[in-house]
Amino acid sequence: MSASLQRGLNAFKEQIDAPVAAFFSSCVRCGLCANACLFYTETGDPKYTPIYKLEPLRRVWRQEYTFWGRLAKAVGLSKAVTDEELGDWEELVYDSCTMCGRCSMVCPVGNDITYMIRKMREGMAVAGHAPVGLVGATKRAVEIGSPMGVKLPALQAQIRHTETEFGLEIPVDKEGADYLLLLSSMEIMNFPEFIGAVAKIFKHAGVSWTISSEAFEATNSGIQIGVSEIAAELVQRIVTAAEKLKVKSVISPECGHAYMAIRWEGPNLIGRPYSFKVVHILELLDQLRAEGRLQTTGKESQRLTYHDPCQVSRRGGVVDQPRNLLNMVAEDFVEMPETGTMNWCCGAGGGVSSNERADEIRLKAFNRKKQQLDAIHPQAIVSACSNCRIHLEDGLEEYGMDMPVISLTETIAEHLAEDKS
Amino acid sequence: MSKDETLGEALRRQGITRRGFLKFCAATASMMALPPSMVPAIAAALEKAMRPSVIWLSFQECTGCTESLTRSHSPTVEGLIFDTISLDYHHTLQAASGSAAEAAREAAMEENYGKYILVVDGSIPTANPGYSTIAGISNKSMLLDTAKGAAAIVAVGTCAAYGGIPKAKPNPTGAVAVSDLIKDKPIINVSGCPPIPVVITGVLAHFLTFGTIPELDALGRPKAYYGQSIHDRCYRRPFYDKGLFANTFDDEGAKKGWCLYKLGCKGPTTYNACATTKWNEGTSFPIEAGHPCLGCSEPDFWDGGGFYKALSMPTEDITRAAVYAVGAGAAAGVALGAMNRAKKARAVKTHEKVTINDLEKGADDD
Amino acid sequence: MTETELLLWVRGPALQIATVIFVLGIVVRIAGILMLGRKKNLAEARGSAVAGGLRTILSRSIPDPGTLQRSTFNVVAGYIFHIGLFITILLFAPHILLIEDVFGVSWPALPTPIVDATTVVTIIALLAVLIHRLRHPVMRFLSGFQDYLVWLVTILPLVTGYLAFHRVGIAPPPTLLAIHILSVELLMVVFPFTKLMHTFSLFMARYYNGAISGYKGVKS
Repeated sequence: MSASLQRGLNAFKEQIDAPVAAFFSSCVRCGLCANACLFYTETGDPKYTPIYKLEPLRRVWRQEYTFWGRLAKAVGLSKAVTDEELGDWEELVYDSCTMCGRCSMVCPVGNDITYMIRKMREGMAVAGHAPVGLVGATKRAVEIGSPMGVKLPALQAQIRHTETEFGLEIPVDKEGADYLLLLSSMEIMNFPEFIGAVAKIFKHAGVSWTISSEAFEATNSGIQIGVSEIAAELVQRIVTAAEKLKVKSVISPECGHAYMAIRWEGPNLIGRPYSFKVVHILELLDQLRAEGRLQTTGKESQRLTYHDPCQVSRRGGVVDQPRNLLNMVAEDFVEMPETGTMNWCCGAGGGVSSNERADEIRLKAFNRKKQQLDAIHPQAIVSACSNCRIHLEDGLEEYGMDMPVISLTETIAEHLAEDKS
Repeated sequence: MSKDETLGEALRRQGITRRGFLKFCAATASMMALPPSMVPAIAAALEKAMRPSVIWLSFQECTGCTESLTRSHSPTVEGLIFDTISLDYHHTLQAASGSAAEAAREAAMEENYGKYILVVDGSIPTANPGYSTIAGISNKSMLLDTAKGAAAIVAVGTCAAYGGIPKAKPNPTGAVAVSDLIKDKPIINVSGCPPIPVVITGVLAHFLTFGTIPELDALGRPKAYYGQSIHDRCYRRPFYDKGLFANTFDDEGAKKGWCLYKLGCKGPTTYNACATTKWNEGTSFPIEAGHPCLGCSEPDFWDGGGFYKALSMPTEDITRAAVYAVGAGAAAGVALGAMNRAKKARAVKTHEKVTINDLEKGADDD
Repeated sequence: MTETELLLWVRGPALQIATVIFVLGIVVRIAGILMLGRKKNLAEARGSAVAGGLRTILSRSIPDPGTLQRSTFNVVAGYIFHIGLFITILLFAPHILLIEDVFGVSWPALPTPIVDATTVVTIIALLAVLIHRLRHPVMRFLSGFQDYLVWLVTILPLVTGYLAFHRVGIAPPPTLLAIHILSVELLMVVFPFTKLMHTFSLFMARYYNGAISGYKGVKS
């Protein structure tokens, strides 16, 4: 069996629901969504208008689920969506959309365009029109356990390294712990300091936690490429491990789409509610702060700003927590001109970073972030998503800007008060 | 009255002063939208005009038009003008009847062939000639016969002009207007139910003065009298513009003299001189008396959707249509929805589990 | 057909036909949307979907500052012609009477000179919107036949209404009025089959958008 147009169109039919019908019925072609999308604003090419990226899905909705569309199709007046068209749209649906959700915040009639892109990818993927890079990442996620091909020994090496460096114990497979920490491959490979930071904070706050050797990968290529079954399989690994270890909560690390996958899509993918809670690391840290279990000392003197990862804030609802935490440790915290749920995407979310073909456009789109930064001239950017961090660093380098991009969790860890333990 | 007498002589003989006559001429000039400089010319022309022969035919009518003319207050110039025309046949007013009367009509027609003015009030039944006859002659044949020698025809009243009340739905007599039957003579429609007396005499005065028919609007009415709508000249217009309306006949708005639009006033679509000339020697007109205009000078005014229904209101039951449409729409919508759901369910059933091997097209696919 | 007959026809049978198509079409569309259904969300809620949905129905009427700044013309012209349509349709005395006759509810009217001026402003705004649609790269790119058709059937009632109110002498006033009502009937007939449906469906769209976000504790 393999991908086919027929499977793709069938998936479109499956995916269309009442919200999609309401959204397509309401679009007035005002074009406001274009100005909410960094791929349009930084290229000026109208084909990047968010609602236009959904055109094949809209046509299937019209032909299959509206009176006139059905009639026109029955008498042969409307053309069916072709494989070639889906091929043309691949770039629009994957390369130039990070599913950041900014257009969904702006549409005056209230269309959640991102919701529809997510659904459209279900059809695109089984039609064989997902980007090669993303297909590869998805295969690695399923076969190896990580989109970057990170295996358990690599994690174990990082854990050993961290234990030695910090003199802390990192609990692995500890049954009955309160929290199960997930990690993204990027954290394991690019930002292993994160593991130490978490260990330090949890020791400081007295949090009972563990890492699972069977399910440590938080990322989920399935929701990026748009295959629910694969996404469900990846979520199920975590659910199985969490239930086996009998944890009360699962912690999503500093990764945007991982939070979306495990927190919001997960139960719907596996078809049942969890027996545990899911929290983002920042949610937990803010909770500890509120409970007085997180004591810090000293403040960062440099001018800091916070880059909201789209899936964490706009699409995830963790907006105030990072600000509460930053105010604990930052002397000069400045917001970018459009921030919080209206922040601009870094340009590499939603699978774009796994798709080498999109490198050029994502760097072009980064100009939007540059303009935001130019307005406030921070000395460092704090964020809470490894993928954002990597792309921010990439973009800053491309545009010749020199400022560090740091993890919020790590920044907190650096300012922990020593006396409490 | 001698037939050789001029109009001027006849008027003076009846005690109308020169001053009174000129006043009438001036009023006529102003109503016909002529400059004041034309007044002496009108007066001169009228003075010298020979009393024209007028044949007045009454068909399906209520005599209201004749009443409007003859019952006007005290002797007025316009009333007297009528006295001074040679009204050779008017079966309501004349003493003779039956074949004697018809003989008089035929004599007048013969004597003034090609010169007499034919005045008609009332509509003409066409469904059955027996519906309305005079001395055994059907209205239609009498009209066709009499029209032949007429210089011009004045259709007085809405019935003669447009069919009027007899033509109202379901029009049992097949009533038609004069203009429906006569196509080869100039016809002046002096509509109204009844028309304003001075408008009738004004039209005659115009004909006597200039020997031509006045400029007419698209509905065959003299523009001088029917050029503006009641609404445009209504003294209550400012209330309309301010949005101040009487909602009932006895509310505060009605007492304060606010606009009667909501009570069904047809002023906006009615063209007549009521608001300027008024009735009963300039005393008042219906709106001034607190009643909405019925639109009586317009064709089919009787079937205009209800006298007390505002112009913008629907004339059929829209609420019921909408209720039925909601019912039918819900049924059709649920049917379409069920078909959609079935289609979607089929798509879900057709769905084959997607694995990582299904993300690329097979080699044999192309 | 005489002027009065035409006017009677448009106020009577034609209005009935238009109303049936309008109402039936809208109900079918709404039922068609709702019956497609949506899955229950199994994730643990952080906020109220209903509250979020209701909130967004209202809040989406106000543009975010960035959009106002980047798409100033769209937003301002859009506001003007929508408010203009609201005033001319719902606050003109003869229209209120029609609504009262059909629905049995009524409210005070605005003075006619204000409605009159609003009509002119609305017509100008719609003309500007058309020019913008033809000139702006994104709008021109997105626009198809339907977008121009909808523009036409929207501006026609305004223009014909203006002509009828001022009795512009291209036709006798009852005919002008009849043409105005006919143009509205055209709008009603086209309505359910075009993007004009957004008048109703945007409440659903905004609700769903707000509910999806509200469930996650986000104000959208």
